[in-house]
Amino acid sequence: MTATTPTAPAPPAAEAARTGTGPLSAGRRWTEHGLVFTAPFLLLYALFLVWPVLLGLKMSLGDDNITGTGSTFTGLDNYAEALRDPGVWSSLWNTVWFTLLSTVPLVVTGLVLALLAHHLRVVQWLWRLSWFTPFLLPSGVVGLLWLWMIYPSDFGLADLLLRSFGLDPGIGWLTDTRYAMLSIVLTTVWWTVGFNFLLYLAALQAIPQHLYEAAELDGAGAWRRLRHITLPMLNRTTGVVAVLQLLASLKIFDQVYIMTGGGPDESTRPILQYVYEAGFTGYRIGYASAVSYVFFALIVIVSLIHLRMTRRSREEAAK
Amino acid sequence: MSATAKAVTPAAPSTGPGREPAGTLPAPPSSQSSPAGPAGPADPTGEAGRRPRWTPGRFALLAAALVLAALWVLPLAWAVATSLKPESETTRTSLEWIGSRVTFDAYEKVWASGDLARWMVNSAYISTVTTVLTVTTCAMAAYGFSRTEFRGRKVLYGLVLAGIMVPPQVLIAPLFAEMVSLGLVDTYWGVILPQVAVPAMVFILVKFFEGVPRELEEAAYVDGAGRWRVFWTVVVPLSRPVLAAVAIFTFIQTWNNFLWPFLVTTDPNVMTLPVGLVNVQSTYGARYAQVMASLVIAGLPLLLVFAFFQRQIVRGVAHTGLAGQ
Repeated sequence: MTATTPTAPAPPAAEAARTGTGPLSAGRRWTEHGLVFTAPFLLLYALFLVWPVLLGLKMSLGDDNITGTGSTFTGLDNYAEALRDPGVWSSLWNTVWFTLLSTVPLVVTGLVLALLAHHLRVVQWLWRLSWFTPFLLPSGVVGLLWLWMIYPSDFGLADLLLRSFGLDPGIGWLTDTRYAMLSIVLTTVWWTVGFNFLLYLAALQAIPQHLYEAAELDGAGAWRRLRHITLPMLNRTTGVVAVLQLLASLKIFDQVYIMTGGGPDESTRPILQYVYEAGFTGYRIGYASAVSYVFFALIVIVSLIHLRMTRRSREEAAK
Repeated sequence: MSATAKAVTPAAPSTGPGREPAGTLPAPPSSQSSPAGPAGPADPTGEAGRRPRWTPGRFALLAAALVLAALWVLPLAWAVATSLKPESETTRTSLEWIGSRVTFDAYEKVWASGDLARWMVNSAYISTVTTVLTVTTCAMAAYGFSRTEFRGRKVLYGLVLAGIMVPPQVLIAPLFAEMVSLGLVDTYWGVILPQVAVPAMVFILVKFFEGVPRELEEAAYVDGAGRWRVFWTVVVPLSRPVLAAVAIFTFIQTWNNFLWPFLVTTDPNVMTLPVGLVNVQSTYGARYAQVMASLVIAGLPLLLVFAFFQRQIVRGVAHTGLAGQ
């Protein structure tokens, strides 16, 4: 199975392979295979990613309706309209607001849960089961479950629990503009924190144990070991988790659509729902494309930051 | 317990180094970009073998963890509890976990009246086909990009990498228009095809293949195997862990995907489970036990899969998650 297979002239072939002159890298008669290997993916990629990107660009410059007929070129009119449209701005703001509200608790809770599980080292299955399994539920299940848990003020679990502690909240969890977004954030934290939990847990388990042993010999207590070894060693993970979380939060749609439909007073309507409404219930798919591209610009900016961060962390890792 | 603890570490495959060649391969990039990578196997035994003593502080941590675990389980427990109550008792205004009797009425009604079974089959079919196609095409493409030379390779790979930045969500409008003109609205392929070409997965696999020593393929090549056979008989078996990670991640994503199937299907016969579930809610009306029963049924399949493949899923998500979202 390895290079020591008898039939293989091991040393020369290995040497050639490393220097890039072996039969695999130089074999001219294999050249065409490169396209054979990549063609299926590239075909699907061209059809369902590259083409929609271009089509969307074209559609955003016209007044297409949903059937793709009757389009006339309108130049940048859609973009100009989008920038003037208060619905675009408010839903963009809701998206950003949700992202700001959700990212910190999702990262911090993920870290705290991972630290707990890692330090306890017992019943790992229980921690994974309780904190990670919600991540495996479809958004439909999560949205409806939380909707029916917090919406009915007389028999929903949230208010029943609060009342059993002697509180009478009377909170319009999903109907009061002050709380609706927070309820969505709460739902989202419960649902997806398990993903960050896993990433942190993996990172924690990779911290070399000898660092802790050395610190213990120097008399560092648990708190100081946490502050001066664990957290610094997790810095890069935190950066990556935070950016992934930002990107995931910006794409919010499912929970909101299911739980509040964007309400009350459109106070939770995210930009993706606005695109959906413009294109799929308002039939203005050209305008919806333009709004999508405005949103796309936001995502690209965050992605570029992510790219720079991973490149830097990779360079650091290489040092 | 040490075994489970180790299993979460991406860079420490459950098969020890030497038992199969994969154990000696460098970790895939997703873990290299995090501390989980190179440092992983450094000291797995020292890490997992030591168990700290039960100090009061550790008891406090345990208590905190148990409270948090209970908080996370609470909504699920409530769903199950409510689904087992008689319908008339679900709207009582006092906190009761168990009704006057435990009944499966709600499950029977939901199962008999709705299309849950149909949607479950649809979801299973769509997720399986999507996963197989994604893993196959992405692995082949990654091999092509990392091991073969052809004109335009660098440009094409650059184009694929750029696609990582394009979230499918921003393409819903043009994609839908495309599906209309292809006549794929309300079909399985209309749901599947746009989910197959995932550039991030190609990236993950390219990084992995770049770490596979060429010597192994050279040997097979000298034995007279063609590139196609080298790929299937040498590279694919070597890459089983990373391919499994990609497959698991893809399956979960597809099974749970809401937005695209929601947009492209209006016919209940081709809907996936999450979409059908949301669509049908109004028909349950205020029948609270039935709502919860439908949620439990819909959530169960992946949870059962998780129960059986806990380690693989945890490793797959940790592996692929960093680069794959």
